[in-house]
Amino acid sequence: MKAYDVIFYLFALLTVLPAIFSAFHPNILYAALSLFISFFGVAGLYALLAADFVAAAQVLIYVGGILILLLFAVMLSKNIYGATFQEEKKKKIWPSLLGMLFLGVITKIAWTTHWSEALVDNLVQPTTARIGHQLLTDYLLPFELSSLLLLSAFIGAITLARSK
Amino acid sequence: MLEKVLWLWLTPLATAIILLFLGKRLPRRGDWLAVMGLGLSLTLSLSFLLELFQTHTFEWREQMAWLSLSGLSISFGWLIDPITILMLCVVTTVSFLVHLYSTEYLKGDPNYARYFAYLSFFTFSMLGLVLVDNLLWLYIFWELVGLASYLLIGFWFEKKSASDAAKKAFLTTRIGDMGFFIGIMLIFYKTGGLLTYDDIFKFVAQGQFTGEFLGIPILTLAGILLFLGAMGKSAQFPLHVWLPDAMEGPTPVSALIHAATMVAAGVYMVTRLYVLFTPEAQLFIAYIGAFTAFFAATMALTHTDIKKVLAYSTISQLGYMMMGLGVGAYVAGFLHLVTHAAFKACLFLCSGSVIHATHTQDMREMGGLKSKMPITFWTMLIATLSISGIPFFSGFVSKDLLLAGCLSFVMEHPEHLLLALFAFITAGMTAFYMFRLLCMTFLMPAKNLKVIDHAHESPWAMTLPLCLLSGLSFAIFFTGSLDGAGLLQVFGSWHDWFNEVILNPAPLDEAHGNAHGPAMALSLILATGGILLSYLFYLKKPELPQRLAQNTQAIYQTLIHLYWIDELYQKIIIQPLLKLNTFLADRDNRWIDQKLVDGWKPLTTQTSKGSGHFDNIVIDETLVDGSAVVVSTSAIQLRKIQTGKVQQYVLMAIGAFCILLIAVYFL
Amino acid sequence: MAVGLSHFLMVSGLLFVLGIISMISRRNMIGVLLGIELIMNAAGLNFIAFSRYIAQDLSGHIFTLFILIIAASEAVVALAIVLRIYQNRATISVEAVGEMKC
Repeated sequence: MKAYDVIFYLFALLTVLPAIFSAFHPNILYAALSLFISFFGVAGLYALLAADFVAAAQVLIYVGGILILLLFAVMLSKNIYGATFQEEKKKKIWPSLLGMLFLGVITKIAWTTHWSEALVDNLVQPTTARIGHQLLTDYLLPFELSSLLLLSAFIGAITLARSK
Repeated sequence: MLEKVLWLWLTPLATAIILLFLGKRLPRRGDWLAVMGLGLSLTLSLSFLLELFQTHTFEWREQMAWLSLSGLSISFGWLIDPITILMLCVVTTVSFLVHLYSTEYLKGDPNYARYFAYLSFFTFSMLGLVLVDNLLWLYIFWELVGLASYLLIGFWFEKKSASDAAKKAFLTTRIGDMGFFIGIMLIFYKTGGLLTYDDIFKFVAQGQFTGEFLGIPILTLAGILLFLGAMGKSAQFPLHVWLPDAMEGPTPVSALIHAATMVAAGVYMVTRLYVLFTPEAQLFIAYIGAFTAFFAATMALTHTDIKKVLAYSTISQLGYMMMGLGVGAYVAGFLHLVTHAAFKACLFLCSGSVIHATHTQDMREMGGLKSKMPITFWTMLIATLSISGIPFFSGFVSKDLLLAGCLSFVMEHPEHLLLALFAFITAGMTAFYMFRLLCMTFLMPAKNLKVIDHAHESPWAMTLPLCLLSGLSFAIFFTGSLDGAGLLQVFGSWHDWFNEVILNPAPLDEAHGNAHGPAMALSLILATGGILLSYLFYLKKPELPQRLAQNTQAIYQTLIHLYWIDELYQKIIIQPLLKLNTFLADRDNRWIDQKLVDGWKPLTTQTSKGSGHFDNIVIDETLVDGSAVVVSTSAIQLRKIQTGKVQQYVLMAIGAFCILLIAVYFL
Repeated sequence: MAVGLSHFLMVSGLLFVLGIISMISRRNMIGVLLGIELIMNAAGLNFIAFSRYIAQDLSGHIFTLFILIIAASEAVVALAIVLRIYQNRATISVEAVGEMKC
């Protein structure tokens, strides 16, 4: 299990460090780009958790789709390098303190709770076929609803963004 | 076969959807699409009819699972038998002609495409109503046609009267539909989850449908509840009030929905579920029908709005059909539905043509239109002769059968003489008011030259449907010969199907045959009498009606005000409720307030004086004022966090959540 | 100590807190959106971790997929709104639109 641990810490670092960077860097463009790396790290963690399909979807949708969109939005709004968006450091103090408090609570809960961990089979199986099957049987309604949601978001975004 | 049915049924839906979304962008706003779609449906229906004529029997059914839960499965199914085919032909024929007619009638309307979308949607719903094979789906389509009717009555919704009429129609029929739905649930419950017609019929035929409620057999109760739905849809007394108001819609809509098809849905439903109606329920139907026929006919006598006269006439004829069904002459009742669809649609379209030309609905302003609009006049004459029951016209065949059925029933059960009385008087009145309408519109000398001058014959798209429908008003199309036997042959297989499952074979053949002669003679005499009377009144001596109205002022006023039905509803339902309210408020005031409450006064004054001091010092000055001070100061402080900045809100929410977590886990 | 559920929860907690900080402290609307994306990822990671260690079935995976879907729709609509605001006001500062009412 040694290798597994090493890989986990690697991915955890890959996730958390860019996230810290993204939360505190004053320049929004760098923040978005570092988020890019962080999401790759999350995808790696998914893969470690034997969620191959979700990991792939994460890379495709988050990294390939949403973040690209965010970057475009960043680029489209001018003056991003200007002084207006150089965030002042002072504003981050209260949120950071609160965050530390919250993190402390979560850490305490995560380590003290007795999770009924039951990782019986360590066998890693491909999940894609099973997810597909479940999506079209047990989760058919939410699946269809989500397609409706995507369609409406799509139309809504077009209507909103179209210049009059 | 399934493909054919689906094409027939879904084409109108497809055109409705296309027109609704793309109508405005299509050339000619897409009316050709709707007409062609209906043409396809019509062709397919006629092909079924041809097959029926060749084979004399037709039965096709198909089912598929629709909803299957544990312990309950509801299917969706189609059932096509002779009665369905006839209904299909009626619906598609009239609908096709009305579509064609509307292309002229509504030319230039800003919502032209939407109109055709609604019309096609109605046709789809109506076809669904006749095609399905179970009660639940019947109910669903039943409501859908109601919806289409609502939309079309209120088509000119910017007119207040039109939108009011639409609401009235929807709500009034809803009262009936409530009964219908309860009836369906009752049947569903008693049969243990059966909804398909055949299953229910078998269940009933095996005599398993038992049980009583307050001394009434459940089956009778279910029948009457189902009939309530028909009363709403087919505008039977006392739920008839919506139909005359529904004339606010465009005239072709009145022809299609409120004359030929939707209002006949009630008759269709009763015919289809005839097996479920016990003799008691049938008697109820017969009385309601006969009374409606008579009652509506009297109201048609004096009305001067051309469409309203036709509306009352429709109610009256629907009452006829219901009466026919009630006395066991269901073949006659259904046949009358078919013939009535043709000649009444023709009458409505003629009136539409007249309104189109004169831009008024008031018959007192018309007159002398015969030379201006010859085609409209002649087609209307044919349809009028047909509805009056003159030999060689279709109305004669069906009405004669109906009256004979009624007469034979009364001969068997003399205590129900009233039925026959109503029926025959109505026959005479029908002839009278229809010819009155014809005379006032076309034959009397022109009264308002301004109206008449610019009147002209309508274009071909309007006159062609008139000609076709008036052609269908000849008996020959329905009998194949002149004695009425031909059609009965077509009905033969259907008749057998009925008798197979029916509880009590209807007293049709022998007694019916005996009653035939007298009924025919009597109805002919009455119809001729009615025609002659209207000739006398409106052509020979036009001053006579005036004098008669003056002499019989009471009756005349009652008729003019439509028996004060609307006023009656206002009086007996709305005002008593208001009165009850004021009464209760008054009692409340006098008894509760003055006696009960004020009676406590001496006791309370003493106590209150004592507590007053306590209150003043302890409560007021310390608690109340103190808390007010606390609230106001804290509010001033707390107001500062209401900044309107979302991020601060999030900060506070997270902080609160943190505190909550800590409280839950660590304390 | 072998890596277990708690480790993953820690990572997810860190992501969540960072997301919150980003969401609260940024003045740039897009920055706020970045924070929201981080939070969504934290939630997804939690789902997958629990699904792996406790539930032993795929329901967590499926919920993560739904989170992805929702994140995508949300990002698209939110960015469209941001662009619209930028076109109208030439700024995307959260504080600048604080007074916006219906």
